[in-house]
Amino acid sequence: MDHDILLEMRGCRQAYHKDSAADLVVLDDVNLTLRAGEIVGLLGRSGSGKSTLLRIVAGLLPPTQGEVRWRGAPLAGPAEGIAMVFQSFALFPWLTVQQNVELGLEAQGIPRAERERRAEEAIALIGLGGFEGAYPKELSGGMRQRVGLARALVVHPDLLLMDEPFSALDVLTAETLRTDLIDLWSEGRLPARALLMVTHGIEEAVLMCDRILVFASNPGRVEHELRVTLPHPRNRHDRAFVRIVDDIYGLLTRRAPTPGRAAPADETGLATPLHPVSTNLMAGLLETLAAPPYRGRADLPALASALQLEVDDLLPLGEALALLRLAELAEGDLRLLEAGRSFVDADTEPRKLLFAGALRTHVRLAATIRRTLDERWNHRVPALRFRDELEDHMSPDYAEATLRAVIGWGRYAELFGYDEDADQFTLEDQEVG
Amino acid sequence: MFLPAPTAASRTRRLPNQWDLAALLFVLGALAAFAHGAAGTLAPIDAPEATHLSLAATDLPYYALRTVMRMFAAMAASLLFTFAFATLAAKSRRAGALLIPLLDILQSVPILGFLSFTIAFFMGLFPGQILGLELAAIFAIFTSQAWNMAFVMYQSLTTLPQDLVEATRAYRLTAWQRFWRLEVPFAMPGLVWNMVLSMSGGWFFVVASEAITLGDATWRLPGIGSYVALALEQRDLGAIGLAVLAMGLVILAYDQLIFRPLVAWSGKFRFETTAGANAPDPWVLALLRRTRVLRRAAEGLGAALTAIGSLRLSLRLQPSRRHTRGGSRVAMGRAGDIAFGLAVAALAGLALWHLTVYVAAAVSWAELGEVLVLALFTLLRVAVMIGLASVIWLPAGAWLGRRPALTRLAQPAIQFLAAFPANLLFPPFVVGIVHFGLSPEIWLSPLMVLGTQWYILFNVIAASAALPGDLAEAAGTLRLSGWLWWRRVMWPAILPAYVTGAITASGGAWNAAIVAEVAAWGDTKLAATGLGAYIAQATEAGDFPRIALGVAVMVVFVVVINRLLWRPLAAFAARRATF
Repeated sequence: MDHDILLEMRGCRQAYHKDSAADLVVLDDVNLTLRAGEIVGLLGRSGSGKSTLLRIVAGLLPPTQGEVRWRGAPLAGPAEGIAMVFQSFALFPWLTVQQNVELGLEAQGIPRAERERRAEEAIALIGLGGFEGAYPKELSGGMRQRVGLARALVVHPDLLLMDEPFSALDVLTAETLRTDLIDLWSEGRLPARALLMVTHGIEEAVLMCDRILVFASNPGRVEHELRVTLPHPRNRHDRAFVRIVDDIYGLLTRRAPTPGRAAPADETGLATPLHPVSTNLMAGLLETLAAPPYRGRADLPALASALQLEVDDLLPLGEALALLRLAELAEGDLRLLEAGRSFVDADTEPRKLLFAGALRTHVRLAATIRRTLDERWNHRVPALRFRDELEDHMSPDYAEATLRAVIGWGRYAELFGYDEDADQFTLEDQEVG
Repeated sequence: MFLPAPTAASRTRRLPNQWDLAALLFVLGALAAFAHGAAGTLAPIDAPEATHLSLAATDLPYYALRTVMRMFAAMAASLLFTFAFATLAAKSRRAGALLIPLLDILQSVPILGFLSFTIAFFMGLFPGQILGLELAAIFAIFTSQAWNMAFVMYQSLTTLPQDLVEATRAYRLTAWQRFWRLEVPFAMPGLVWNMVLSMSGGWFFVVASEAITLGDATWRLPGIGSYVALALEQRDLGAIGLAVLAMGLVILAYDQLIFRPLVAWSGKFRFETTAGANAPDPWVLALLRRTRVLRRAAEGLGAALTAIGSLRLSLRLQPSRRHTRGGSRVAMGRAGDIAFGLAVAALAGLALWHLTVYVAAAVSWAELGEVLVLALFTLLRVAVMIGLASVIWLPAGAWLGRRPALTRLAQPAIQFLAAFPANLLFPPFVVGIVHFGLSPEIWLSPLMVLGTQWYILFNVIAASAALPGDLAEAAGTLRLSGWLWWRRVMWPAILPAYVTGAITASGGAWNAAIVAEVAAWGDTKLAATGLGAYIAQATEAGDFPRIALGVAVMVVFVVVINRLLWRPLAAFAARRATF
């Protein structure tokens, strides 16, 4: 047996059981081997199951199927030697920095003197010296995540799990923390033997990881595996670096669902999951795309950094535009389509008409809601009806997001209204026709 | 973790200062008083001094002490109950499905009507001992305090932040460690606030439960409540005044020594990630934090509690839900649910059957109709009085809340009024009604909301003061005023708080009906037509079936009103008018 292998995951599948329909599959057939000495990144869109995978590794969630072996033995519940850093920091507001850091040691029943000594070491290592007595609410976001890191490192884990550890921080703070962490790692001062991190930042993944697993959504699965062999510290402007980032953008957008290719989850195509992106942002992006320097075609990484948008923000936007055939995504580029150009050139009212037309033609759910409303004598339909139908094909969260998307778009297009109190779609503000 | 950590500077000097001396004397005095009071509860019931009372002013401090001790005993019991009950309800799905509705019903049981049953029970447990009476009184106070505390604890347990729960699991804290590290601290602000409210409400019941007549027997436990009862019997207005004064001092001490420090301290556990503006510490908390000897004692206590909390006890309270998978478990769970449901239904049916048989043996169906009519009378009184209180306190509270200087003055005064047991203030009303020959049907009604109306005012002021500054400014620049301002700005802003206050006030009013619809001044007895009077008279006659009937009808009324009126209103307010 390979002694460096820390964790092995074979054929893992995670599904939620729903009584009315088939199981909702969040993760499908995931295989993963983690060795000592490597940093592995799980990269994907929100909802691709990468956080779920991390929780399976942490022992917080048992997989529905498949096997996880930790240091050669089957994993059952949170294991010794695995520590976790949370996106939201997950600090206890009523405990001081020192007490927060000691928590994991306390759970192991380590005597007080040793606890204090080790906590102080970890605190000093992570650059928090002097803040031992502070409460989390007195600290900035970056300092709080340092506490989170110290709390994880103090147990000297073999495997350090990080769930989007920098995404709640501002750009500068995140960069500093990333650099500090990588410095400690390259100098061999980080008391952890392997790192597994979830991220939705492509550059972040390329900056930190030795290996990147690119996830596809619906159901979530590992679609590509990339090795990054650039030495640390890595330079974002390095040509090799830029090429890898471009490649990943290409991988992510190649799978972007377009109306023609999206595998229909049901016969009618009603239950296509939608991201609730604001029509304001869509209009803004179309205008930016039409204007110089892009003039109708933009490279996604460039667009993302110019607009300061993460992949998670930009891709859903691009996909919504692609779904409505206002623009198209291809090989890491976003290209304006004819309808999109007409939209940019039009005034408010014609824009709404154009949007309404696109919505009725390309979004089956919106068209169905409007048709049902037209048929009803009182022009009201309970939203529950559509929610139920959506939930037969997707998780309740997705169904809710899809409904929110269609409500927002329908309102903007003045295709239909929605009465929140009654949870009904209405035609009250619309001209009935 | 349980007490404020010392600052680095204060670690260096440990010598006592002059405040320490005062504080030490204070603590020793409290201990001595406690021992003296405790000795009194162990006497046999027929010992001369056990239940004998005098109206001498010099005995009053001792009576006050006994009253206070009952209160604290009940609070300790409530806290234990809260931890056990809420944990069970939150961790076991089946238990929760039964316990939470049960809590809702228990909350609606008129405690004073129930008293006669508990006395019979506890006297049976400790025959011939005053301890039985004491326990009955403590139990009555407990029942007035425990439910809302258990409920708020349950709510916190079901809304624990997911990431913190995952952190405790990932770092492998045991169930015991998680309870003290996460669950209790997270519940702390809500729990402390409800403890404090419960204590405030409890003074009413501690006073009411000290002097009890059940059939031929009358018991008086040494305490302020029975002192007042004796004074009423002997038509001694001066003694009543003294009792009111003593109670006032007790409440003042409670407010300053416990209420304020506890609420300020619990702010430390508020689940917020940003540092907010902090109000200055109440003086007692400042004393605790700055007085060296006291602080060391507090630190020691804190460290001990922390050590207990970090013991690696692993009580597997919760079934390991995370490892349920596969269909057979689900099917087994369903079968279990059905069996559990059937068992509960069978027990409930049995209880209903027993109650019906018990009551039907003594009471005719026609009387049930009469009792329902009496309940309607009481309902009318409660509705009118809550309506009147709202008409007065809504505008007053909204107005006060917009004036920070006045709010600062008014809040403590109202907290004091809400805690003050209104039943001590009944005698002047009764004397007035007797003197002017007024109709008790009308003039006894205000007594029902005498104590509980303050919850409306208190909540409205707090909500009005909390109206976001930008909204107030926006309303100003839009030049909203008069009715429009009231309807669009103030009313939505205070609605949720008003509903909360009104629920407390009306619940309290139903309870108070039992002592407010009947009154006595010496030999003159006044009674209004209503369910409260019915229960009170049945209690006096020791007529258990009628007490049971009256209490049951009252519970049904309160529950139905809660479900049909207050719940929907609160849900609406929460949905539409929260920021």
